Amino acid sequence: MSTTTERPAGPTSTATRTVVVIGHGMVGHRFVEALRSRDTDSTWNVVVLSEEADAAYDRVGLSSYVGAWDRSALALSGNSYAGDDLVEVRLGTRAEQIDREARVVTTSQGEVIAYDALVLATGSYPFVPPVPGHDSEGCYVYRTLDDLDGIRARAEAAIARAASEGREANGLVVGGGLLGLEAANALRLLGLTPHVVEFAPRLMPLQVDEGGGAVLKGLISNLGVQVHTGAGTSSIAAQDDGRLAVELSDGTALLTDLVVFSAGVRPSDAVARAAGLAVGERGGVTTDATCSTSDENVWAVGEVAAVEGRCYGLVAPGYTMAEVVADRLLGGEATFPGADLSTKLKLLGVDVASFGDAMAATPGALEIVHTDATKGTYAKVVVSDDARTLLGGILVGDASAYTTLKAYVGREVPGDPGALISPAGAELGADALPDDAVICSCNNVTKGSICGAIAEGACDLAAIKGCTSAGTTCGGCLPTVKKLLVDSGVELSKALCEHFEQSRAELFEIVASTGIRTFSGLLARYGAGTGCEICKPTVASILASTSSDHILDGEQAALQDSNDHFLANIQKNGTYSVVPRMPGGEVTAEQLITIGQVAQDFGLYVKVTGGQRIDLFGARVEQLPAIWQRLVDVGMESGQAYGKSLRTVKSCVGSTWCRFGVQDSVGMAVDLEHRYRGLRSPHKIKFGVSGCARECAEARGKDVGVIATDKGWNLYVCGNGGQTPAHAKLLASDLDDETLVRYIDRFLMFYVRTADRLQRTAPWLDALEGGLEHLKAVVCEDSLGIADDLEAAMGRHVEGYQDEWKAVLDDPEKLSRFVSFVNAPEEADPTIAFDESGPRKVPVLLGLPTVRENV
Amino acid sequence: MTTLITAAPVDDVAPTARAVIRPGVLPAPGAKQWVPACPVARLVPGRGVAVLLPRGRQAALFLLPNGMIYAVGNIDPYAGAGVISRGLTGDRAGEPTVASPLLKQVFSLRTGTALDDPEVALPTYAVRVQHGLVRLGVPHP
Repeated sequence: MSTTTERPAGPTSTATRTVVVIGHGMVGHRFVEALRSRDTDSTWNVVVLSEEADAAYDRVGLSSYVGAWDRSALALSGNSYAGDDLVEVRLGTRAEQIDREARVVTTSQGEVIAYDALVLATGSYPFVPPVPGHDSEGCYVYRTLDDLDGIRARAEAAIARAASEGREANGLVVGGGLLGLEAANALRLLGLTPHVVEFAPRLMPLQVDEGGGAVLKGLISNLGVQVHTGAGTSSIAAQDDGRLAVELSDGTALLTDLVVFSAGVRPSDAVARAAGLAVGERGGVTTDATCSTSDENVWAVGEVAAVEGRCYGLVAPGYTMAEVVADRLLGGEATFPGADLSTKLKLLGVDVASFGDAMAATPGALEIVHTDATKGTYAKVVVSDDARTLLGGILVGDASAYTTLKAYVGREVPGDPGALISPAGAELGADALPDDAVICSCNNVTKGSICGAIAEGACDLAAIKGCTSAGTTCGGCLPTVKKLLVDSGVELSKALCEHFEQSRAELFEIVASTGIRTFSGLLARYGAGTGCEICKPTVASILASTSSDHILDGEQAALQDSNDHFLANIQKNGTYSVVPRMPGGEVTAEQLITIGQVAQDFGLYVKVTGGQRIDLFGARVEQLPAIWQRLVDVGMESGQAYGKSLRTVKSCVGSTWCRFGVQDSVGMAVDLEHRYRGLRSPHKIKFGVSGCARECAEARGKDVGVIATDKGWNLYVCGNGGQTPAHAKLLASDLDDETLVRYIDRFLMFYVRTADRLQRTAPWLDALEGGLEHLKAVVCEDSLGIADDLEAAMGRHVEGYQDEWKAVLDDPEKLSRFVSFVNAPEEADPTIAFDESGPRKVPVLLGLPTVRENV
Repeated sequence: MTTLITAAPVDDVAPTARAVIRPGVLPAPGAKQWVPACPVARLVPGRGVAVLLPRGRQAALFLLPNGMIYAVGNIDPYAGAGVISRGLTGDRAGEPTVASPLLKQVFSLRTGTALDDPEVALPTYAVRVQHGLVRLGVPHP
């Protein structure tokens, strides 16, 4: 060491002693402030060594750096000690070595600084678990402004790339404690979808208990943070595209753009250890209650100090320690009184508070818990065994009672302690309306049991589903269940599902007016969570009703129900049935021969449908394209039998052949089917066209029924077969061809825009305010002034129609999805089998497994 | 710094983590054979694919839009048909899910459990991504 020892006291200084402070974090700064404000005689010179290039800043508020990216906004006031000659801050200077004998500190610049007192305020360093790949490019810690700059650069590049690849950019935070949630918030503010992996079974395991953790998880998840609790990070592997594949201990994996470690911190005690100072078992420089270390000239404050063996990770106890040491250096008698670890925070906008004996560790302690799942709040108080003294508690979601409750800790509570957290609740009553009628035929649920469930407190569809199973299978009875709920006087949520509070009609309006064309965009602005089997197909249908893009284009592909996704109807053994379109029931001999040959070649079971066409059953998913190709080759196309869309236009033979017919019903049926084919709607739509009043096409049992008169056509609407049959009602009489088509355009588009999910036209008309008269006014008199709009929308649909099968056959990327197994595309699913010994071919199902297979 | 020093060192995390969540549903520890499924790029975010496993078993592999990859059994325990890979994914109160395309029972992608019927579960498989290739972990016979 060639450098001479510096005595920093300048010529103008009157100070006789020097204190060197290692570390300029929040606590280090507080120490300097405390010392300078009390040292009225200017007896101490202060030299601060700051490893970071920035003087003390608000580390607790680190995530507020995101957005403005203004370092000065986080600077702690007075951190440059301007005008104070006795304080010198050396930024970007680390303490390399302490020589306690000589009482000097050697810095990373090679300077040697003599001290009379040394204060260690080195804080902590982030703990990075030794997971394989933890040092991969793209892995960060979350502690300093520089860390955030690194995360920012990576995140911005990731967002740009993800956008070009049509996916979300995401980031993984290892650690679901306070700091981890702070880091998740930073990622969220950066525009990434954050994932949080917490090894403990709940978030913030040190502050909240299991119940609070569950509510917290719900609240945080609703903010778009993906929470994985009870899982460790097993490995991180950089992929060729620069992303990181992370394997979790629960067997799941994820692809992420960056990883942030917030799995706790460790005291930065390396320089103290090297100097031979006593350290605690789990790290930290051991001090007594005066913050004095094993060397009387050396003190430790903040996170690096193990005061009487205990480290404190909160800033408030650190400040107290700083005050204690400042007092001691000036001859005072202060001691560290212990710390109140009560915390109240707003993490990602969610209130969390924990105070006193939050975990009920006191022997005999009793817990009183109040959870409100709808409001997303959790409140717990811990009381003594006689239920009179408040010991502590936890609040999640709403911490407004924190101040009051904390004030009661250790005191006797007036009255019932449960009243402290329990809001006055009112029981929801409803009259039971017992009835034998089966509402849900899938699960054999009667009106009586549904009303019973309502009476027992089930006040939304989800609750009724939960306790009666009604509507959990095909969902066809849900509108009826809804009606029962409304009739019972319950104010019914229009919410489509837990992800969208809007009704289908409202979402339709949102899509139409905002022009949002992606599910993720809609979810981000108007919904929550990631979607489900209810909202995804609903949004897919809305998107399809408002554009002519192929339903398997881009992100839309992931929204389609299995039937739409494979453009065929799934059957009970996972095979599909194929229905080519036969407009009006017309088919050429060549087409019929091809259908027969296809059935023979692929071993398909053939059945004629109720809609005048032919259904081919038993096709495996990988056979579908080959079957379609043969049908397309003879001029056939998809019949959309799989879609919530126009199915068939049934017709009688009409005036061309029939001696009674007064109009060409087949010609009209073919034209109508060609016009409306492929139109996606809230439910399936069926048409019928009859050539005379004998009504051989049963048109009045259809959503749109057209019946010939000697002057033209009568138009009937909103007839349904199905669960609740309804005859179609007359909308207009004696229409010419052109007016008929215009009215049907308006009617269909009005239905598509305003109906509920899976609501067929008859119940839609029932629920329509003003009923048939209103519908007549809208369609025939344009009372709402939207007729042009409706017709234009239908015009765009007709213009943009394309055969969905052919489009797949022409697109190798879409075609590649039609495989049995992704790793064995040629292999037929070995579990598919048929029995042909009986009168007809039937699928043979696997025996249902009764034992779980755990691998 | 508003952080408390976490107690547990993370070295001994993995076995405990399995004990913490529902035991018996998650992939059991032990030697695994890593069966190649497909390149990550082959997966459509939000959808699944079926993967053929040794001894005639099959798995349903999903990539979610948020980047998570899960693998569960492909056989629908209610229907006895290999269709789970063709179900719609989503979440229920944050829990990632897949709904069977047949009768729409909803399963957790994490644990395999049927959310409305905790007695029924799909098996789950460990997933690994290396050099852009997804593999599923199945125990050695």
